[in-house]
Amino acid sequence: MIISIASGKGGTGKTTVATNLAMAIGSDVQLLDCDVEEPNSHLFINPVFEKTITVTTPVPEVDEKKCNLCGKCDEICQFKAIIVIADITVMTFPELCHSCGGCEMVCPENAIKETNRELGIIQKGYRNGIEFVHGKLRVGEAMSPPLIVKVRSFTKPDKFTIIDAPPGTSCPVIASMKNTDFILLVTEPTPFGLHDLKLAVGAVKMLNIPCGLVINRSDVGDNKVKDFAKKENVPVLLEIPFDRNIAEAYSRGDAIVEKLPGFKETFLTLYNDIRKIVS
Amino acid sequence: MKELIIISGKGGTGKTSLMAAFAYLAENKVLCDADVDAADLHLVTAPDILEKHDFQGGNTAIINKDKCTECGLCIDLCKWEAISETFEVNSIECEGCGVCVYFCPEKAIDFPLNTCGEWYISDTRFGPLVHARLGIAEENSGRLVSLVRNEAKKLAEEKGLDLILTDGPPGIGCPVIASIGGADAVLVVTEPSVSGKHDMQRVVQLANHFKVPAFLCVNKFDLNKDITDEIEKFAKEKGLTCLGYIPFDQIFTKAMVQGQTIFEYDSDSATGQAIRKIWGSLLTHLRADMSA
Repeated sequence: MIISIASGKGGTGKTTVATNLAMAIGSDVQLLDCDVEEPNSHLFINPVFEKTITVTTPVPEVDEKKCNLCGKCDEICQFKAIIVIADITVMTFPELCHSCGGCEMVCPENAIKETNRELGIIQKGYRNGIEFVHGKLRVGEAMSPPLIVKVRSFTKPDKFTIIDAPPGTSCPVIASMKNTDFILLVTEPTPFGLHDLKLAVGAVKMLNIPCGLVINRSDVGDNKVKDFAKKENVPVLLEIPFDRNIAEAYSRGDAIVEKLPGFKETFLTLYNDIRKIVS
Repeated sequence: MKELIIISGKGGTGKTSLMAAFAYLAENKVLCDADVDAADLHLVTAPDILEKHDFQGGNTAIINKDKCTECGLCIDLCKWEAISETFEVNSIECEGCGVCVYFCPEKAIDFPLNTCGEWYISDTRFGPLVHARLGIAEENSGRLVSLVRNEAKKLAEEKGLDLILTDGPPGIGCPVIASIGGADAVLVVTEPSVSGKHDMQRVVQLANHFKVPAFLCVNKFDLNKDITDEIEKFAKEKGLTCLGYIPFDQIFTKAMVQGQTIFEYDSDSATGQAIRKIWGSLLTHLRADMSA
């Protein structure tokens, strides 16, 4: 079973829920941190990393001896990553390339071959019964979805897989939510939390995946998040009231299931509730 | 004219609440919300929309079943596995690369331009605001960010305003790169947590990568004073100016619920004083830079 933990708004507690859920389950569980721009789960899991892989994406390289500046590559490229200035030169902009392969396919002179652009790295490690994988986007790299897809390729079908998704609702979030069995949305009961939750629920409905809600800092703000959840038939699976001890534990990188009483049971109940909904 | 972008790396450190507080304090400015994926600034600024425009970005392939002979070439060529065995294009998967359109022997694939969001010019009680909404699950957030930044610049020129204050998105990827490129300065809002610090370091690295001067401020500084000290030490090592420290205060949430900035909610809170100091110091730095 694969579940994705998402939110719309950042800083609502996705990583707290993802890491504590993984630690509460404790065995036969995978945690994939797909927030590759700002991965944080490792700061709470403290895995022993045993493998680091560099992930690249193919980009074109032009053999100027073979190129006759026909301009077909410029014509097919939708991303302005290869430009031909008539009769003068051909230029590539690898950072704009989406790796569709169009230029190489269309070149009549076979003048284009693949070279690589580094997207970032993937690290894999363990802590007790948790298998941990995360991606780290190279600083300066714009495209995170291909790295997210690569992190997700580590999914093992016989395990319970938890995905920590990035904030927002655009392409990196969709890459982290699609083809999962369940999406757990984490929000806070504030106007910003509600506004971004509505966007996240919109994305979940578009993907047609069952979802549930965790309301973090549930006693701050107002009741509008609960009203919205009721109206949209999104079950509220867990409410975590504001507690300075939780905020402080989080700030230190401590797991609340380990440091604060009762939370291990709370997260195991959440796990069982999700299993019930999915089956 | 100066353009300042507020970013954080990590989400939820208080970018938008701080931005709203600055909107209250700043004069002669255009406001800009570049967090087009999950824009929240309008929830505090309550804009009157004066202009509304469609945002078109990228194309999506659509197979014309009348012309398609089901040869399967498009399925073989598509790197995104966006075309099904029944020759339907999944618009969420389609990258808009146009390879299938180009090579289809029957010319059976249309490639219309997407309308994937809207952008607005609005009036608020703090002055003009340029903002946008990217459609759910849409791509091209970077292009929409560049567009709103350009429109904010045009508006500032037209109205003779000398400051653009921009609320940036979280992360370090495409929309953040589009938000900070060529800006005069970024203000990184961080918090003293292991994750806040980790993400701040990556976003400072990004600002350095694109050669944009960065300033720092620490929100919720009293939540974990050890990490606040570590952040201060990091700033010193990197030659970053830390402009100030804001206490962990529920006033932000209370003001937000009322649709107010913290100054409107309480005109002289201690937290408000801390923010006034940060703003004053930021202006001094921007002006010094201006005369240099």
